[in-house]
Amino acid sequence: MSVLIYAESAEGKFKKVALELASYAKKVAESLGTTVTAVTINASDVSELGNYGVDKVLKVSNDKLNKFSAKAYADVIKQAAQKEGAKVVVLSSTTDSLYLAPIVAVNLEAGFASNVVALPISTSPFQVKRNAFSTKGFNVTEISSDVKVLALAKNSFGLVEASGAAAAEDFAPALNDADFAIVVESVEKVTGKVTIADAEIVVSAGRGLKGPENWGMIEELAAVLGAATACSKPVSDLDWRPHSEHVGQTGKPVAANLYIAVGISGAIQHIAGINSSKVKVVINTDPEAPFFKVADYGVVGDAFQVVPALIEKLKEFKAKNA
Amino acid sequence: MKILVCISHVPDTTSKINFTNGDTEFDTNGVQFVINPNDEFGLTRAIWFKEKQGAHVTVVNVGGADTEATIRKALAIGADEAIRVNANPTDGFFVAKQLAEVVKNGGYDLVIAGKESLDYNGGMVPGMLATILGYNFVNSCVGIEVEGNTAKVTREIDGGKEILSAGLPLVVGGQKGIVEEKDLRIPNMRGIMTARTKALNVVEPTGVEALTKVVKYESPAPKSACKIVSADNLDELVNLLHNEAKVI
Repeated sequence: MSVLIYAESAEGKFKKVALELASYAKKVAESLGTTVTAVTINASDVSELGNYGVDKVLKVSNDKLNKFSAKAYADVIKQAAQKEGAKVVVLSSTTDSLYLAPIVAVNLEAGFASNVVALPISTSPFQVKRNAFSTKGFNVTEISSDVKVLALAKNSFGLVEASGAAAAEDFAPALNDADFAIVVESVEKVTGKVTIADAEIVVSAGRGLKGPENWGMIEELAAVLGAATACSKPVSDLDWRPHSEHVGQTGKPVAANLYIAVGISGAIQHIAGINSSKVKVVINTDPEAPFFKVADYGVVGDAFQVVPALIEKLKEFKAKNA
Repeated sequence: MKILVCISHVPDTTSKINFTNGDTEFDTNGVQFVINPNDEFGLTRAIWFKEKQGAHVTVVNVGGADTEATIRKALAIGADEAIRVNANPTDGFFVAKQLAEVVKNGGYDLVIAGKESLDYNGGMVPGMLATILGYNFVNSCVGIEVEGNTAKVTREIDGGKEILSAGLPLVVGGQKGIVEEKDLRIPNMRGIMTARTKALNVVEPTGVEALTKVVKYESPAPKSACKIVSADNLDELVNLLHNEAKVI
């Protein structure tokens, strides 16, 4: 009756969220007096999971699963859960895992709680705290079904190292043609760039930058920090930046460690999308901009002076701390 | 083509979120309700299918009589008819079960639901609905074309997008991108007038065993004040981010 996680990988390497899930599941398993099993799909080296508390790995290797297929992946997770007799199944909040979780829940006849932000408040009854109302509130949800599916909110738990080794076991679930009814025709993915979803730091800019030609310094600031670049909705609506960079309520959600907003006033729709970030910095000429109300650190000043100066300071800092 | 658009009735983004009755209920007092934005993008695409490909568009909501103003707005935007399942939407699975009944009775080719609602942000309903029905399902849909019995669907993925080919019947979880913000429609007077005469059928819910329930709400802890760093002293900002916030 172990706790099962789906440890997501890309090009064979585990994503950070997979290690966060392992850390979280270990604590849940301890409170239930059980162990953690991870199911992996086409991951090459699974030993890393042991460092974060995974006791056993069900290793699935199947070329048909090289391309993501929600139905097939959900089928793998369901069969792994059944094999392990898992009572708690934990997934992450990546785009793929949020696609899978409701399918897995229905297939396991399990109650499902998404946006989980902390360890269960109690395991009997099983209660978890969740983000709701676009981060303007939380709710405590009680799950009464025998099997429970949780989706852990990104960056809400962090990594906890454990000493231990994961025992790997090959696992070959039976897949059928219906699992592959949806055909992937093509995939367009940026390479060599930090994506907003995976980034620890996001540098975002708004209309205060006056025009798309001024984004060079934003890209440079992001490069110094190893950050992803993002933008506000007006900027994407004006086509100054690609739509894929739009963050906010109707854009991409951000739950980074550090979010730096340059020339963004902080409309409520913007804040709703980025508020899960741990530390927020605002740079704005207007000290009355609403962003200052939600930021941890603020600089009142002209972005065209502050950003280049900050880049220099960060370069000095990086050189010293390299 | 018969399209069903599932809409949620949610507090407008600018609403103050308060709780009442010992923090066990969301306080709707003074709250303005709207069509969930992710649903409105999907609805707008459905109207496009109606105008370009002769689709018939039904909207459905699971909720009490207080949601009818929101449903009428969807009719004013251009949906042909509406269904309200007369029940309090207790959790995602409950709603998905109710919608599955509506789909079974209506024989829809395409079901569009927002990938998540702005109130509970659960992101559950489209995937659960498709799985209950055994239909194909694509989430985070940012583009859809239908030709004959096949849909070409663009799905947003982390760091890009993928193009999928899926047979009908199909459920998609819509979001911005399925249409753009500028494509959204504000109901005109004619739309509002005709919406009054369109059918809004109320159906009673099917029994579902609850798997989850909300036992309590909490408001976020009050935020400490923003530390202002002088633009002439950015060393201090670097120092704070490194030593205090520990994020660089």
